[in-house]
Amino acid sequence: MSISLDIKRSKREKSISADGYPESVALEVRNLNVYYGPFKAVKDVTMDIYARRITAMIGPSGCGKSTVLRCFNRMNDLIPGARVEGEVNLHGQNIYAPDVDPVEVRRRIGMVFQKPNPFPKSIYENIAWGARINGYKGNMDDLVEESLRAAALWDEVKDKLRQNAYSLSGGQQQRLCIARAIAVRPEIILMDEPCSALDPIATLRIEELMRELVENYTIVIVTHNMQQASRVADYTAFFMVDDSRTGYLVEYGESEQIFTRPKDKRTEDYITGRFG
Amino acid sequence: MTIDAQTFAGQRSHDEAFSAVNKEQLQRRHQIGKVFELLSIASIMVGMLFLIVLLVDVFIDALPWLRPQLFTEFPSRFPERAGLRSALQGTLWLISLTALFSFPIGIGAAIYLEEYAPKNWFTQFIEVNIANLAGVPSIIYGLLGLGLFVRSFGLGRTLMAGALTMALLVMPVVIVASREAIRAVPSSIRQAAYGLGATRWQVVWSHVLPMSFGGILTGTILALSRAIGETAPLITIGALTFIAFDPRGPFDIFTVLPIQIFNWVSLPQKEFHDLAAAGIVVLLVVLLSMNALAIYLRSRFQQRW
Repeated sequence: MSISLDIKRSKREKSISADGYPESVALEVRNLNVYYGPFKAVKDVTMDIYARRITAMIGPSGCGKSTVLRCFNRMNDLIPGARVEGEVNLHGQNIYAPDVDPVEVRRRIGMVFQKPNPFPKSIYENIAWGARINGYKGNMDDLVEESLRAAALWDEVKDKLRQNAYSLSGGQQQRLCIARAIAVRPEIILMDEPCSALDPIATLRIEELMRELVENYTIVIVTHNMQQASRVADYTAFFMVDDSRTGYLVEYGESEQIFTRPKDKRTEDYITGRFG
Repeated sequence: MTIDAQTFAGQRSHDEAFSAVNKEQLQRRHQIGKVFELLSIASIMVGMLFLIVLLVDVFIDALPWLRPQLFTEFPSRFPERAGLRSALQGTLWLISLTALFSFPIGIGAAIYLEEYAPKNWFTQFIEVNIANLAGVPSIIYGLLGLGLFVRSFGLGRTLMAGALTMALLVMPVVIVASREAIRAVPSSIRQAAYGLGATRWQVVWSHVLPMSFGGILTGTILALSRAIGETAPLITIGALTFIAFDPRGPFDIFTVLPIQIFNWVSLPQKEFHDLAAAGIVVLLVVLLSMNALAIYLRSRFQQRW
């Protein structure tokens, strides 16, 4: 490991949430700009992601919310021509610093994708693989059970761990993907429209699961669904897109405030369904 | 009430506009469809017919000669004592060695181009050239093999030189087929693996390769089944026509089925022509078994995702 991201947690900033408890910052985003080749996709995003809270990013299509999310674990590195400016600090360490290995970043900041994408392997192997490649030495059976329990999937699959993951329903597959992300013990889980391919009941289960997971994890979710954001998220960030198709952050605050007393006219127009 | 009446009236006038041409026009459309179907059937028939005529003709000539001696005897100037033992062995040796060389190198190149290579002019240049190499006449590869492997490397007219030449010949096809198989692995799987903190190598080794293996294998076998029928490059590097012993290893001189067949066909006696037909049948059987293996492997490794 090139440089340890385990820098003392004292650098965390403190802010006070509405209920009076101090929030600790999990991820500090500072002046983030993203380019795809000459195209500027996102400009000047500055926000704090709070630990053990769910933060939702909403906004119209093309506003860069998914792009911003993918910056949080350097998934954009995989896109040829993508370039990121600014800082994303995890415990005071900029994950874009030249001596930080993106592979290590992605282990610590996991991701769940829009479409359930389990590996075409057994349910067991889906969970175990990530742990194994990251050098997990403990009892694998325990880890698999623990992860599946945490993703509220254990009871449904405990008798068929050796079956192919594709035998599961879409909602189960998505929870398997969440279990798979949990198995490598990340601090933050990024979810890119995790329910957009699921039916309402499966969606509800994922939302319930998110509320359980937030006890131990920091969750950032991108969603098209404003009801979903207002239901599950503690904080909500509203993004918009300007005339040159560059996305930017309009307003960020507690969900309750964003959805009931938005400060910005554009936020109000969006959440009341006047555009988007 | 008025709206309903209007809609209804509009509907009726539409019906009238269409019904005038309707019957006749519809019939014509069906007729055109029928003609097209018959043309398509005729096209497939031409190919099938020639194939069947060819096969039947070959089989009739070959039948009396498809006997054990065909496989146990070496070539001879007496047709009743002649067989293709050395040629069949030579072909099997050659194909195995060719597979050994072309498979790993071809996959390696395909992995590099698909998973590692930056998308720039140089990569594009390589890609275009691989596609071009697939179209180079096989005799050019023979000349290359003669100059490089037979003479410069001093391998002589051995199986090794032949297999290396053949490996060069099939490599572009193996690379192209492997790339397609690798590209068919959905990017969502790669993203999932990267998202767990996998290195590029771990992604390729654990997911991309296993998921594309069936396709790679199929492509390689089909490429090899092309090589099995190649004669020109082997004649160019000097594979012999008269080999009266079993090849003892990769550094032995050799002959192969197509060369043996060519040799028999060029002799004046009718018996040798029928022996050639028997040789063609053997070659076809080897070829079809390889293709069958490819189909079996493809279905075996087929993945759903």
